Amino acid sequence: MKILVLLKRVPDTEARILINQEGTGINEQGVKFVINTYDEYGIEQGLRIREQVGGDSKVTVVCMGPGEATELIRTALAMGADDAVHICDPALGKPDPFTSAIILAKAITDEGFDIIFCGKQAIDDDMAQVQSILAEMLDIPQVNVVAVFELSDDGTKATVRRRIEGGDEKVEARLPAIFSCEKGLNEPRYASLPGIMKAKKKEIRTKTLADLGFGEVPGGTRSRVLKWLPLPKGAECRMVEAEEMKDAVAELARLLREEAKVI
Amino acid sequence: MQFLLTEEERLLRKTARDFARKDLAPVAAECNEKGEFPQGIFKKLGELGFMGITVPEQYGGVNLGYFCLALALEEISSVCASTAVTVSVHNSLVNLAILKYGSEELKEKYLPELAAADMLGAFALTEPDAGSDVTAMRLSAVKRGDEYILNGTKIFISTGDRAGVIIVFGRTDLNERTKGISAFVVEPSFPGFSVGKSEDKMGLKASTTVELVFEDCRVPAANLLGEEGMGMCIALDSLDGGRVGIAAQSIGIARAALDEAVIFARERKQFGKRIIDFQATGFKIADMATDLEAARLMVYLTAKLRDAGEPYTKEAAMTKLFATRAVNRIVYDALQIHGGAGYTKEFLIERLFRDARALEIYEGTSEIQRIVIMKKLLEEYDQMFPS
Repeated sequence: MKILVLLKRVPDTEARILINQEGTGINEQGVKFVINTYDEYGIEQGLRIREQVGGDSKVTVVCMGPGEATELIRTALAMGADDAVHICDPALGKPDPFTSAIILAKAITDEGFDIIFCGKQAIDDDMAQVQSILAEMLDIPQVNVVAVFELSDDGTKATVRRRIEGGDEKVEARLPAIFSCEKGLNEPRYASLPGIMKAKKKEIRTKTLADLGFGEVPGGTRSRVLKWLPLPKGAECRMVEAEEMKDAVAELARLLREEAKVI
Repeated sequence: MQFLLTEEERLLRKTARDFARKDLAPVAAECNEKGEFPQGIFKKLGELGFMGITVPEQYGGVNLGYFCLALALEEISSVCASTAVTVSVHNSLVNLAILKYGSEELKEKYLPELAAADMLGAFALTEPDAGSDVTAMRLSAVKRGDEYILNGTKIFISTGDRAGVIIVFGRTDLNERTKGISAFVVEPSFPGFSVGKSEDKMGLKASTTVELVFEDCRVPAANLLGEEGMGMCIALDSLDGGRVGIAAQSIGIARAALDEAVIFARERKQFGKRIIDFQATGFKIADMATDLEAARLMVYLTAKLRDAGEPYTKEAAMTKLFATRAVNRIVYDALQIHGGAGYTKEFLIERLFRDARALEIYEGTSEIQRIVIMKKLLEEYDQMFPS
C-alpha cells in the first residue's frame, strides 16, 4: 500500500509570535519551527497502517516549504517514513490554499497513492482548506477531523470516527481517500536514535515548480492576505481585594460605575 | 549555538528533550518525592537508543559519540538528575569499559542487553577506606582454577542494587599498589554477591546508592576485563569519559535552575516592582547564564576532543571541575532569588539545590580534579620548557 503523508513547517506553538513592522508576516527571528502538530498524527497513522498492512507498503512524506523544512522532513523519516518529496521553489512565497492544492495535487499524482493523511489544519494560518480542495482535484473522498481510524482487513476501505461537537460521527470511506487527523487519533512516536541514523540514508526528492511541470506559480491569486495585524492589547486585569466579600463587591460596583462607566 | 550541531545531533537532542518533558517529567516528580527508582523509564530510554549511544551497531547500539551522549545527558538532567546519573554511569563507565577492554565474548554477552536496557550497569570502585585514594582498595581477587574469588566491600555504588552487570575493581596482587588492581564483570547472580545497606542521600533521590558485599564471590576467569593489573588504567580511562557525563549533568541542572530563577524573578514583585528589575537580582542571573554558557562550551569541546580520539584527560578534569562548581553557584543563587519559597519543597529549586551538591563529589571530587589538572599541566610544561 502506498501511503502519503502531508507535512507543513509551522512556528512552534510555544513560540512568541510577533508581526513584522511591514505587516506582511511574522518576525521569524529566533522563532523555532516544527512539524505542524496535526500532521504528526498523520505521520504516526501512516506508519501504523504500514505496520498493519506490511508487505511492500511504503510511507512517503510530501512537504511544500522552504529549504529549512528539510530538517523537519528528516524528523519524519527518523520516525520511520520511507522517503520524501520536498517541493521547494523560491518563487512560491506564501501560496494561498488553492495554489498549494494545485501544486500538491500534481506532486501527489506523480507519486501515486492509496491513502493520504494530513493534519486537520495547519496551526499557523488555520485555513484548513488544502485537504478539501485537494480531494476535489484528485476526485477522491475526504474525511476530516478523524479521531479514530480503522482500515478494513482487505485494505479497500476505512471506517473512521470524526470528532464533532458533543460526539463522534462514524464514517466509512472507500480508498483511495484523504483523511485529515485530529488530536487524540494516536500518540506520535519519538524519532529513536537508530531511526535518526537510518534517516540519513533515506531519499528526499526535491522538486521545483519546473520539475512538476509548472512554468510559473499556478492558480492565480484567489485570495490575498492584505495585512497582518496584531491583536488589540487586552486591558490589564485588576483584582478587587477586601477583607469581606461584600466590601469587595461594593468596590467592584463603584469601579464599574465611576471608572469603567458601564453601569 | 545551532551551527555547532549537525542535523542528526539536533534531532537527537529534540528526541531527548521531548522525551524528558513528556515522559520523564511526571515520573521524575513522583520518584524524587518518594525516593523511588524510575525503573520503567530505562526500558523506554533503551528502546529509543539512549542506553547504548556509544555502542557499535553490531552489539545493538547506535554507534554515536560522547558529544551525542553529552547532549542527551543535558536534556535528561534538566528534568531529572537522578535518572541522568544512572544513564551516565551505564553509558560512559560500564558500556565503555566492556567495549574497550572486554573480550569479544564479554562484548557479545553483555553489550546487547545493556544497550537495550534489558539490564542496567553499575561501576564499583569506592571502598570504605579507598575513596579519592583508589589505590588503597582492599577487595581481594584471588585466582583459583578458572575462577576469581572476590572478598571485600564496595560502598556508594550507584544503581548497585538494580544492575544486571557490575564492573568491580579488586586487588589481584597485594605487593603492587597500582598495578595490583584488576577489573571484573560481575553479575548479581554470582554466588557470594549481596547488596548491603542503601544510603539515604541528601539528593538524587530517584537513584539508588548502595553497599555491595563480596563473600567468596565466584567470578569466572573469562569475566576479567583486559589483563590482570590493568584495573587502575581501566578505571582512570572510564572516569575520563564519566567526568564529561557528570559535567553534562551539571549543565542540565544549571539550565533548569536558571529557568526557575528567571521565571520566578519575573513574577515576584517586591517594593513595587519585579525583583528581576533590581540589579541585585539581574546581575545574579547574568552571572548564572554566563557560567552556564561557559560550562556548556567546555562540555562540548571536551566531548568533541574525545570523539576525535585526542588526549583529553586534563580537559575532562577541567570541565568536570568548572561545570560542577558552576552548577553549585547557579543553584545557590537561584535559591537565593526564590527567597523563603526556595527553601520549601513546593519549588523545584529545592530539589535542584540538593541534587547539584553530589556532582562536586562523585566521579572524582573537585580536589582530585585539580590534582589531575596540575599533574597534566606540569607534564606539559616539563616538555615545553625542560628545567
